[in-house]
Amino acid sequence: MADDLVLELRNIVKTFPGVRALDQARFELRAGEVHALVGENGAGKTTLMNVIAGVHQPDEGQIFLNGAPVRLRNPLDAGRKGIGVVFQELSLAPSLSIAENIFANRQPTRGLNLIDWPALHEQTRELLNLFELTADPRTPVRNLSVAQRQVVEILKAMSHNPRVLILDEPTSSLTAPETRLLFQNIRRLKARGIAFIYISHHLPEIFQIADRVTVMRDGRYVDTIPIADATEDLLIRRMVGRELSNVYGRRVNPVGEPYFSVSNASRAGAFRDISLELRRGEILGIAGLVGAGRTELGRSIAGIEPPDRGRIVLEGRELRLSSPAAAIGEGIGYLTEDRKEQGLFLRMSIRDNCVAPSFGRFAFLGLMRDAAVRDAALAGCRRFNIVATSIHQAVGNLSGGNQQKVLLSMWTGIRPRVLIVDEPTRGVDVGARGEIYALLRELAARGVGIIMISSDLQEILGLSDRVMVMRAGRIVAEMDAARASEEGIIAAASGVELN
Amino acid sequence: MPVLTPQRKSMDLDPAPTTRARLSRLTAFREFMIVGIILLAGVAMSFASPFFLTQNNLMALFLGMSIESIVAIGMTILLVSGGFDLSVGSVVALTGAVAAWCMAGGVPVPLAVLAALAVGAAIGLVNGLIVTKVGINPFITTLAMMSIIRGVLLVLTRGKNITGLPESFKVIGQGTDPLLGIQYPILIAAVLVLLGDLLMRKSRFFRQNYYIGSNEKAAVLSGIPVDFVKIFNYALIGLLAALAGVVMTARLGSASVTAGTGLELKVISAVIIGGASLQGGEGTVFGSFLGALLMAIIINALTLLGVDVYWNTLVIGATLLVAVIIDTLGKKLGRRA
Repeated sequence: MADDLVLELRNIVKTFPGVRALDQARFELRAGEVHALVGENGAGKTTLMNVIAGVHQPDEGQIFLNGAPVRLRNPLDAGRKGIGVVFQELSLAPSLSIAENIFANRQPTRGLNLIDWPALHEQTRELLNLFELTADPRTPVRNLSVAQRQVVEILKAMSHNPRVLILDEPTSSLTAPETRLLFQNIRRLKARGIAFIYISHHLPEIFQIADRVTVMRDGRYVDTIPIADATEDLLIRRMVGRELSNVYGRRVNPVGEPYFSVSNASRAGAFRDISLELRRGEILGIAGLVGAGRTELGRSIAGIEPPDRGRIVLEGRELRLSSPAAAIGEGIGYLTEDRKEQGLFLRMSIRDNCVAPSFGRFAFLGLMRDAAVRDAALAGCRRFNIVATSIHQAVGNLSGGNQQKVLLSMWTGIRPRVLIVDEPTRGVDVGARGEIYALLRELAARGVGIIMISSDLQEILGLSDRVMVMRAGRIVAEMDAARASEEGIIAAASGVELN
Repeated sequence: MPVLTPQRKSMDLDPAPTTRARLSRLTAFREFMIVGIILLAGVAMSFASPFFLTQNNLMALFLGMSIESIVAIGMTILLVSGGFDLSVGSVVALTGAVAAWCMAGGVPVPLAVLAALAVGAAIGLVNGLIVTKVGINPFITTLAMMSIIRGVLLVLTRGKNITGLPESFKVIGQGTDPLLGIQYPILIAAVLVLLGDLLMRKSRFFRQNYYIGSNEKAAVLSGIPVDFVKIFNYALIGLLAALAGVVMTARLGSASVTAGTGLELKVISAVIIGGASLQGGEGTVFGSFLGALLMAIIINALTLLGVDVYWNTLVIGATLLVAVIIDTLGKKLGRRA
């Protein structure tokens, strides 16, 4: 059996600052098979893909291509050695034609290195016919549908005649008929001996297309199962299977009465008919897959992109939240999942960051009271145990955990009544995680209701009092955290019935 | 998963500044470096030319840079917020002409000045609305506006300068304050620079610019009215350019169609030398003033030393480049340390 292995990874270790992303991970791929890779968010699938694609270099372990050990120095090197990647984030140049995108940098030429346009278009036409796409090769990519672009993306990845093609969540933006066409194309290429690594959260489609499936958890290899022997139930149990620890702490006082509600809120293209109720001091976990509309819901409640329809009521008063400033004025804070791009002012000091959303509170007759700002920043650093040389240090130079604590300190500064935290521990090391959980508990104990959006199911179960699951823009399940299970949440989030 | 919450030593995050710490914080300021260069140049010049440290020469130097200083205040605020304005030179010329026309038509001097200021602010407002509400890049918007405004002026004047302004108007540019013995353009520039610097350091409203320039998305999420502040900035620089136009016209005694040509580049150079960044988030009004002063001293020195005037442009360009290179290398070294 071993001699038809195209690709084999043995004992791969990859660490990032504070995280062991891959720990003795294994993977093998046979010629002409579709091999699915599944696991929870953070299980190490993407890191493993990046190792195979040459984006990351493993710290330890070996990679074999057709039985020979190789080093994949960078994506170009991996491409030359026969590994192609179809990017989830489309990597095409929208203003260039289909032909130019597919043949980027290796256009057929004639004398003087000029591009031979007729030959380029003819070759492109042949490739497109193969995939039943009748578009003119001169069409700019921006005029194509998402599915058509994906075909162009696959053809581009095919440019080095790969033996291995990596597909990362290829159907996330496709309709059902488009998905069927993609699967036809995969089968066609498979028949030519190309092997596929297929990453997806969507379990039902794995059963349609994959031959084998490998499960990962916490950066480790768990199991490889032929699809005929697998059930969705089995896969989910393999993906989860571990004990909750006490890092999440315990609730110290009982949850209060309902005081904040959202009813029938909708926003086109993001979420529909969302109703939820929050109690004083309650931590409400919102789980779901990436793209389920959780972040969009959080941003809407915080006035960033207000809902098209629906009512938001706080303490019996209906709120009109047309801007973040309006929401902040009502004591509704939103801690973004993207703290570097949208949350923090990286080049500014801790001091300036700490007061950003509560700016007005520190002014007297229009002038800033520097002493008050300094005191607030110092208090924030002490309370949140922010490790820094001084409050004048630029936030960009802090570790991920400390940056997250600065973000928390910013938003507790508005004296929140409702706090929405989006992926509060993403990219944060274990020690700082515990501190962040403790701080959220402390806020809850003071009566602040917290809506926690998270893809980390342990975090959802460990911290929440109640869990809501979103799928495709709707709330599909609501459960008491004491009775919820990771299996149940995954099943609801991916639309699978458990036996 | 074990809970790791090591007990960290409580740290003094805002220690009482020792002399050494004070000194190192001071040297970290971009202003400090420029003040050093200015002092050095001043000392060298006082030996090289006996005329340099005379009151007449220094007053001429400050008078020469007053127009740029007034516009540089607005430009600093814009650059800090991540914006940019190339149209200021044209606005200076047009608003000077507006004041001159009004007075030629018999409008009282104060009203003519107000009309010029209103036109400047209105042009800035249009720039701001196009940049924020339509979403056109500030470089392109104000490049087009620079050309449009200069074009309007040329069409209306048919290329002729406007002369014969009333004496009561010329006083703004040529008169001297009887109490302080300082010419009005210098006085106006000095008061505005001090006020602008104070506002950018202390005022709640103006401090918002640092947040916007540092991370606009985060500023939006923090509840800062980003569009409003940006539009205000463009209107403000239009207003300041108009004031500069009034002062310049009064000083020259006529409205010239070529007034303010190249002013935008001089002002942006001064602001960048003074420590602002085109990326936004950095810069102070006082720093920009020092940048303008450094450029003025260099020009003054070249003149006193009898260097051919054709060298001026070259030296100004080199100064800008050297200042930015020193700053960039300094930051790289600082990061490595």
